[in-house]
Amino acid sequence: MNPTLHSILAFVQTWWVGLLCAVLIVLVVPLIAGYIVLVERKVMADMQARLGPMRVGPHGLLQPIADALKLLIKEDLIPDNADQFIFWFAPVLSMTAALTSMGAVAFGPWFQVARDINIGLLFVVGVSALGPFGIVLGGWASNNHYSIIGALRSTAQLISYETTAGFALVSGFLLAGTLNVRAIVETQRADHAWYIFLAPVGFFTYLIASIAETNRAPFDLPEAESELVAGYMTEYSGFRWSLYFLAEYANMIVVASVGTTLFLGGWLRPFPSVQWLGWLDAAPTLLLAAVGAYCVFRAGKQPARVQSLFMWAVAFACFVVAAIFALASPFSHLPLERMHDGLYGAFWFLLKDSVYIYIFMWLRFTLPRFRFDQLMRLGWHILIPLALINVVDVGIALALSSEFGLNRWLAMIVTTAATLGVAILLLRWNDKYSAAASAALLADSSVVEDPHAG
Amino acid sequence: MLDSVIFYSFAGIAVISAALMITRRNAIHSAVFLITTLLATAGIFLQLRAEFLFISQIILYVGGIMVLFIFVIMLVRLDVPLPQIRSRTQKWIALLVALAVGVEAGVVIFLARKAPGQGLLIPNPAPADKLPPNTEELANSLFRTYLLPFEIASVLLLVAMVGAVVMAKKRTDA
Repeated sequence: MNPTLHSILAFVQTWWVGLLCAVLIVLVVPLIAGYIVLVERKVMADMQARLGPMRVGPHGLLQPIADALKLLIKEDLIPDNADQFIFWFAPVLSMTAALTSMGAVAFGPWFQVARDINIGLLFVVGVSALGPFGIVLGGWASNNHYSIIGALRSTAQLISYETTAGFALVSGFLLAGTLNVRAIVETQRADHAWYIFLAPVGFFTYLIASIAETNRAPFDLPEAESELVAGYMTEYSGFRWSLYFLAEYANMIVVASVGTTLFLGGWLRPFPSVQWLGWLDAAPTLLLAAVGAYCVFRAGKQPARVQSLFMWAVAFACFVVAAIFALASPFSHLPLERMHDGLYGAFWFLLKDSVYIYIFMWLRFTLPRFRFDQLMRLGWHILIPLALINVVDVGIALALSSEFGLNRWLAMIVTTAATLGVAILLLRWNDKYSAAASAALLADSSVVEDPHAG
Repeated sequence: MLDSVIFYSFAGIAVISAALMITRRNAIHSAVFLITTLLATAGIFLQLRAEFLFISQIILYVGGIMVLFIFVIMLVRLDVPLPQIRSRTQKWIALLVALAVGVEAGVVIFLARKAPGQGLLIPNPAPADKLPPNTEELANSLFRTYLLPFEIASVLLLVAMVGAVVMAKKRTDA
């Protein structure tokens, strides 16, 4: 046989799981992103006491597909004065960074592209940090004031909050003692604790920093529509715009996955080693069956025949997946160990990811947007010192428990209390400072002449 | 075979985009090509199985320093050429320095080839799957073997940072 072909075959044989996962991620992430948008609109509608998209498909279930089709056939405009190459290149860069960084995320014990890389989560964080270049370069290439202001805001925000996110991750890495994604999850199983309970300050600083890094409300200043039209995306339309959009949602999945892996126990079931909570393994089957049953219930109430047929199809799909879960569950006593691990791991991981993303949406529709100086003050005066002190405190706790034999939980509680005490001090100091700063700002603005006066 | 293909493609990208980085008129284009060079260098690190170096190159240089560069480029007016760029003598000095560096690198590579095992070439490198995990190795050498130099370097950097803050503060006060 041809040696080249042979080596290619050998490569595929060794890496087929990873390759399959890579193809699956590239194919499925755009679809998932579309449906996250739908869920987001539904959640927003629910919080604002209205229905949200209802027209395309039953309960708007086909809305994302219609939206994608509309974006694909829209006219693709490039402004005359734009920097052609960078304008073309920037959205691609954003999307590539987001998808590449998913390569090291483990969506379950078997569903991972690059399995045993030593740098693990660091790879995810580092590569996804390339995405903002797409935003900055796209904003600059558009040759538009709104775009460039959006790009500059995004850069400043990124520099400020990436430090916080880094320190928050370090506190988790200290606890895990490794960067490898699978090893991090396995140490959480061995420690009998998700690291959110051992390092709560680390988790919450990471949560805030990750919202800021994905440019979402209340930190969405780079694309603040009431101030900047659409920020860096102002000149983009059609497919290029949708690439930016996809990158934003893919980035959300990435940061949620990092947070889930490091702080929420990755693909582990809640309380994986507690015997009498074994019934939790039935949860995926029951949940899917319940969704299916609800779809059957709603199918009869659809206004059109096509819509009720579609509901029946969704219900059928739910039942099939529920049956697969039931077959793979430990209660069926079938020799499907690997399938059980993979399926149930993916279920718990995606559930935790969804909760994380739901928190994003919840905050988006609850909090008003920050002013830029407030954003900077929160980042530099509160979050960075807090995250830094948290790293030191987690280190002290680890030293106390390993060198002096203090109970690990006791050490963590004491040091977390110390960190929170520092946080209160920081807040009080910042209140004083910000009052003074606001007074100075007011005094300043009174000097500026109002062009419309008189 | 695969290793050398990967190496030469990354090295080629690095060299070509470094040349383009110098020759572009537009500062943002230069920055983009500098990013490409840094990424290609990171790729070479990865091909050498230095994963930690690869990701620190990306996080520090590309994700940190280049973001700052672009930020500054966007804030500063660059279409006004600086007087020192226009000076003629600078070209000749640059040529001289470049030649000197080239000769130096050539001599080092030549000597290393002559004495295998003492220079750049390692006669029997460990196979890729037998290498120790290099994050741990790096941490051991930084925090155990070379702890004092590492701490001295850290304090030096801290002093430089504090100094920069103090100097910037003086200017805004005045």
